[in-house]
Amino acid sequence: MTSDLLRLVTAGSVDDGKSTLVGRLLYDTKSVLSDQIDAVLRSSEERGLDNPDLSLLVDGLRAEREQGITIDVAYRYFATSKRTFVLADTPGHVHYLRNTVTGASTADHAVLLTDARKGVLEQTRRHLAVMAMLGVPGITLAVNKLDLVDFSQETYESVRAEFVAHAESLGFRAEQITTVPMSALAGDNVVTRSDRTPWYDGPTLLEHLETVRPDERGCDVGLRVPVQYVLRDGSTDYRAYAGQIAAGEVRPGDEVVVLPAGTRSTVTVVGTPDGPVDEAGVGQPVALTLSDDLPISRGDLIAAADRVPELAAEVTATVCWLAEEPLRPGARVLLKHGTRTTKCRVPSLSTRFDEQHLVLEREPECLELNDIGQVRLEVADALPFDSYTDCVATGAFLLIDPDGGDTLAAGQVGDTLSAVTGDA
Amino acid sequence: MSAPAKEKAVTGIEQLEAEAIHVLREVAGEFDRPALLFSGGKDSTVLVHLAVRAFAPIAPPFTLVHVDTGHNFPEVLQFRDDIVERFGLRLHVAEVQDWIDRGAVKEREDGMRNPLQTVPLLDTITEQKYDAVIGGGRRDEERSRAKERIFSVRDSFGRWDPRRQRVELWNLYNGMHSPGEHVRVFPISNWTELDVWRYVRKHDIELPPLYFAHSREVYLRDGMWLTSGQWGGPAEDEETVEKTVRYRTVGDGSCTGAVESDAATVDDIIAEIKASRLTERGASRADDRMSEAAMEDRKREGYF
Repeated sequence: MTSDLLRLVTAGSVDDGKSTLVGRLLYDTKSVLSDQIDAVLRSSEERGLDNPDLSLLVDGLRAEREQGITIDVAYRYFATSKRTFVLADTPGHVHYLRNTVTGASTADHAVLLTDARKGVLEQTRRHLAVMAMLGVPGITLAVNKLDLVDFSQETYESVRAEFVAHAESLGFRAEQITTVPMSALAGDNVVTRSDRTPWYDGPTLLEHLETVRPDERGCDVGLRVPVQYVLRDGSTDYRAYAGQIAAGEVRPGDEVVVLPAGTRSTVTVVGTPDGPVDEAGVGQPVALTLSDDLPISRGDLIAAADRVPELAAEVTATVCWLAEEPLRPGARVLLKHGTRTTKCRVPSLSTRFDEQHLVLEREPECLELNDIGQVRLEVADALPFDSYTDCVATGAFLLIDPDGGDTLAAGQVGDTLSAVTGDA
Repeated sequence: MSAPAKEKAVTGIEQLEAEAIHVLREVAGEFDRPALLFSGGKDSTVLVHLAVRAFAPIAPPFTLVHVDTGHNFPEVLQFRDDIVERFGLRLHVAEVQDWIDRGAVKEREDGMRNPLQTVPLLDTITEQKYDAVIGGGRRDEERSRAKERIFSVRDSFGRWDPRRQRVELWNLYNGMHSPGEHVRVFPISNWTELDVWRYVRKHDIELPPLYFAHSREVYLRDGMWLTSGQWGGPAEDEETVEKTVRYRTVGDGSCTGAVESDAATVDDIIAEIKASRLTERGASRADDRMSEAAMEDRKREGYF
């Protein structure tokens, strides 16, 4: 079923015109209102600029305007007659990759940008690796600033070929990859078709985004409901387990298992904000009542009795390290999976992924800021993990600093880069 | 890939509701003393409805908090109290006037009290030991709010440091904080003004009457139609006229402007917003016009 809401992430390198592209998308879909335009005109004039700086529409922080770069994710909202878009506009600067990961973790589709004169850059390869690791279902490369190479088909084709080859070696399938030749400054192929690229018969960027299927990856692991909160009313004996369905569907009469205890029971009522229903599915908030009185609390997982995830105290995982202080073997952290947070140890680092040359470094000394690698993890309480490639919602986890509380890494159970690493 | 997947929750508004309910339940599960900021305005009223739906048939486990500038519209305060009673909730009111009387906050020369809410809010959070404070802020309202996380840590001085924001991955929200710090939570971050009104229509949510077109005596100041109240009235050279207006945002009377409008029903309002060429804050908030980074500066100090 095609959704009418598409979550997009945009990423590029410094100075490839991303803010201009986003400004153009917003402007051409009439999503920028006149007081916002006035504010941009006023600021541009105060700064003595000849032309209005559309990036001021998106660079919302004082430091961003002062430095002329994007630091943090800006969320923008626009709609066409076909669909509503939530756009996470992320920084191009390598130092702020963690903010790109933030925007990409919830994206249905990624738009990467590159300057046609520069082609596929180090940062493009880094972003592609992040999108591949996170399993973003589709990617589009906007080959921008084509006006500066006289709309050369040859230049476009050569950038396209290099990009597609790199994306495919990271595991993207051909049908997940699109490239569009454009000039965001002049608006060529952003919203309207350009007559300066007669050799291109594909869609404009917006046409593509309006029709792309948001999520083709099924999540076939059976019912999974992490318990968020127990709803209890002492006076009426009412007791229900509130959570959002992470995978599968649930009906009254379904046999379930509560993990980690392993206790079996039967669903008697599937409650929703609109009252009891006959069936509820992925993404819906529910409050489940079970036939037995069990000691269930936040952090437990309610799962299909015939598709029970295995409890694991040790697991192989892929992490993207997002903290300044490197990850070294022996680190002690916290791990948040579903609604449970538990102590975690990292006894060894297996590999570091060199996303520029697509090779693995074995047993690295550490993982530094922005590094992707494979690690072994030991958790204090055995957890019901699924593999991330089977189910995002129950295969993803955070590593958290037990002292400051900051999030240190994006983690995924299993090997999410097996296309390049070869070993599963 | 958002965890709220798309097989059942197919419309945008259903997905946004599922996301908000997930966030509200996470707050209930992760924090000891969560509070929900409720002013009687449309965004926080939608928040209260979401909270009621998230925990039904049990009452939401949040205390409502209102920082009352003393310059609020009387019909909004009445509406606020009606909602609290109807849903059987608890309300804690911090009166800005008390802080002014004690000398802890100084009245501004321009009489605007919206910027004065920060200190009473932070004092209340400290006194009441709230560890999570849920607000109705939306990313589409203003460009520094566009940078805000859904779970956003404030230091022990209540400050927001946009350069030190945590990564926020999938729908795994990290509520860890040190003693003295607290977390601001924005469940309707991804909603637009239009989404709020579509939700109001879908669930037939009652709002204060001044959101709908009515006749009112107003005077023009800095391009905004203001109305007289306990916050003051027109200056000698400002002429009072009667106009058919409504409010797009409802806040402190001294800096919230009415817009000329005939939109008397929710459907009318949805049509009006779709056609509008102004943002709700641009149209009706003087406090955001003070400087290019007015909101960012207030947020850094601990504002909503």
